[in-house]
Amino acid sequence: MDTSPASLDHSRETWLRKVSRIRELTIVVVIVALCVILSFMSSSFLSVDNIVTTILSIVMTAIVSVGMTVALVSGGFDLSVGSVMSMAGVVTGALALDGMNVWIAALLGLLASLCSGLITGLFIGKVKINPFIMTLGMQGVVQGVAYVVTQGAPLSVTGVPKSFLYLGQGNLLGIPVLIWILAVVVIVSDLIMRRAVVARKVYYIGSNEAAAYLSGIRVSKVKVWIYIFTALLAGLAGILTLSRFSVAAPTAGQGMELQAIAACIIGGASLTGGEGTVLGALLGSVLVGIVNDALVLLNVSVYWQSLVTGFVLIAAVTLDVLTHRKKTT
Amino acid sequence: MAQVLLEARGIRKVFPGTVALDNVSFELRQGEIHALMGENGAGKSTFLKIVTGALHPDQGEIFLNGKPVRLQSPVDARRMGVAIVHQELSLFPDISVMENILVGQAPSKMGFMRTRKMQEISRAYLERFHVNFSPTEIVKNLSVSQQQIVEIVKALVTDADVYIFDEPTSALSVEDAARLFDVLKDLKAQGKGIIYVSHKFDEIFRLSDRITVLRDGSLIGTVEAAKTDADEVIRMMVGRSLERIYPEKGTPSRQTLLKVDNLNAGSKCRNVSFDLRRGEILGVFGLVGSGRTEIMRALSGVEPRTSGDIFLDGEKVRIQTVQDAMSHGLYYLTEDRKEQGLFLKMSIRDNVAVTHLDALSKRGFLLRNRARELASTVMRDLRVKAKDDDQLVGSLSGGNQQKVMIGKWISRNPRVLILDEPTRGIDVGAKAEIHQLLRKLANDGIGVIVISSELPEIVGLSDRVLVVHNGTVAGVLDGSQLNDETIMEYASGLHSKAVAG
Repeated sequence: MDTSPASLDHSRETWLRKVSRIRELTIVVVIVALCVILSFMSSSFLSVDNIVTTILSIVMTAIVSVGMTVALVSGGFDLSVGSVMSMAGVVTGALALDGMNVWIAALLGLLASLCSGLITGLFIGKVKINPFIMTLGMQGVVQGVAYVVTQGAPLSVTGVPKSFLYLGQGNLLGIPVLIWILAVVVIVSDLIMRRAVVARKVYYIGSNEAAAYLSGIRVSKVKVWIYIFTALLAGLAGILTLSRFSVAAPTAGQGMELQAIAACIIGGASLTGGEGTVLGALLGSVLVGIVNDALVLLNVSVYWQSLVTGFVLIAAVTLDVLTHRKKTT
Repeated sequence: MAQVLLEARGIRKVFPGTVALDNVSFELRQGEIHALMGENGAGKSTFLKIVTGALHPDQGEIFLNGKPVRLQSPVDARRMGVAIVHQELSLFPDISVMENILVGQAPSKMGFMRTRKMQEISRAYLERFHVNFSPTEIVKNLSVSQQQIVEIVKALVTDADVYIFDEPTSALSVEDAARLFDVLKDLKAQGKGIIYVSHKFDEIFRLSDRITVLRDGSLIGTVEAAKTDADEVIRMMVGRSLERIYPEKGTPSRQTLLKVDNLNAGSKCRNVSFDLRRGEILGVFGLVGSGRTEIMRALSGVEPRTSGDIFLDGEKVRIQTVQDAMSHGLYYLTEDRKEQGLFLKMSIRDNVAVTHLDALSKRGFLLRNRARELASTVMRDLRVKAKDDDQLVGSLSGGNQQKVMIGKWISRNPRVLILDEPTRGIDVGAKAEIHQLLRKLANDGIGVIVISSELPEIVGLSDRVLVVHNGTVAGVLDGSQLNDETIMEYASGLHSKAVAG
């Protein structure tokens, strides 16, 4: 079974074969099954309240995962997304508290994320440092910035305009604005990843970096863009978190890298590069979100969350390795 | 007559599609240096792998000291007294010289290495090469030549009866090579047997007692070194009929299309100058490690170069990157199809489209139908056997993969096409098709450069041949010089004016 979007249109194939090739469908089935089980185990699972809460908790993971997908497709990954998310929120919050217009502060927060991504990308692309080491280092550096700015304590951001809080707390046509934002991010990114030339280059690099280089693709330049994109989406998630809770916490994005990588891998992205879709990342995030929600509903302590997410990630990777092994033999 | 240390009788080894060795017999006597010769692919490596236990013969027997043995693994062979110095370095780069030398036989006490003892042993052997590095040095800090010495010493510390040297001097300086020869003569005087593989005739005749020549997996003969000469050995190595039919030679114009002037890039590409005419197929031949690939990679912007000018149609062009080369219509097709040439997990369409991304897009978005048309055209023109352009390249046969790789470049209207081993590992039919295609491209006015390690292909396909030896141009041959013997003489450095450094 091939899940790579490398072969995009299968219009000549029968509808049935087309569907059977879609990895995403498998996840949808798992999600539906999980929902059915949970609705029996907890009466409040299908309540409107719980559904909205669950979806809102998924938004940030999903936005970060979309960026992570791009890094994974290129054959790399980014461990610094969680700290970038915290840092963007903290920078925005601190500047707003200082009296700056919150929208300008948010732009500067995004700019700071962009800089972080630029540094990561330059070192990985041009200096050719291993992505694991580089993003692990940046995780420390950027987290440090967030701690220094806040002196470790969450900033309660008061007095910001309603229009900013509307992003994280408001409704449009009866649906939370956050969900609209996620929809825009997913649709635009999906279009880019499937059709844009620059994204094709990401797939080429992830599929065979040496061949991409010999085919005239500027590999290091593309890599810089990849990590900028990943950091920008993480920064966006950080600013939206601030808007949602009116609090800029230096730990807002803690553990996000684990959640995001788990979501992408579950969604079909390959750690060896060349495979992964935006839709997969979204569905993976939903699955991870529902698992977390289930823990809450079943009165499992929040401290179990990381343990379970880690376990789900390992299970997903194991499954991935086993199915790939089957393919080659 | 001296005792026979190692004997191989009627060795046969078949790999899928080829007979690598057929009925090869060989004997090595006590106190003998026995040279093993043959061109690339003649079966030397396979033979060495069999006598060192890395491969098992399909037929035939091996005797050590007169007793039949079944070598199960390289460890087995070493235990029975067969030591080998590999052509490719097989050292552990991150650990010390002495641990490399004594790997698997380090003196120890209660599970701890006796480092002083290890240093002593290593130093005793290293001193014979007058080295200026310590046994405790980490291997990756050494030069290639120094690493080669470590590799040699590693074999010498094993107390063996038979020592095998596979092109030991390809990375050694002249002085170090001379020291190695002294060591070999010592071993000979001690009554050891030595199998010596080399392409260098001066070494062969200086050292060896007998010479055995392999060709296309068959034993051509064993001769006494004193009773023969380089000419005869070369004839033995290449003397075959051209059984394959190559396309008719072309009629290149007098016009120079590409001129390379004094190209330099590391030790494998030194002062290289040559030119390529419009409509010509220029063959590039050199033995393994001669620098043929390095020269072409430096020329096409894949690897950086230190100096050198490139002229296309008389105009000087600046080629520093792959993109520069592409913008001038000069394309390099790698020899490593799977690792560097193709995207195996992607479709034929994606593989063809990669070199056309700008032409196939509009405002940054890929035009899928145009990509599909292009892929279909390539598949039709090159007769790629596949279901459709969605098929993954990894599932195609070697020949069809090669066609896709050629297709993705020739659909970009090349001026100069450089192909590195374009027919390696593909079947005879596809090979002939590719030969026809290259000739057709040349007849259309493109300059074609073909690197090949197969002499018949070089002779059969090329209008002229550039022979590379030791990183430099040994000669450019044409007309009556286009025969196996002459090319081999140049490739072996018999005609090089410059003294190798």
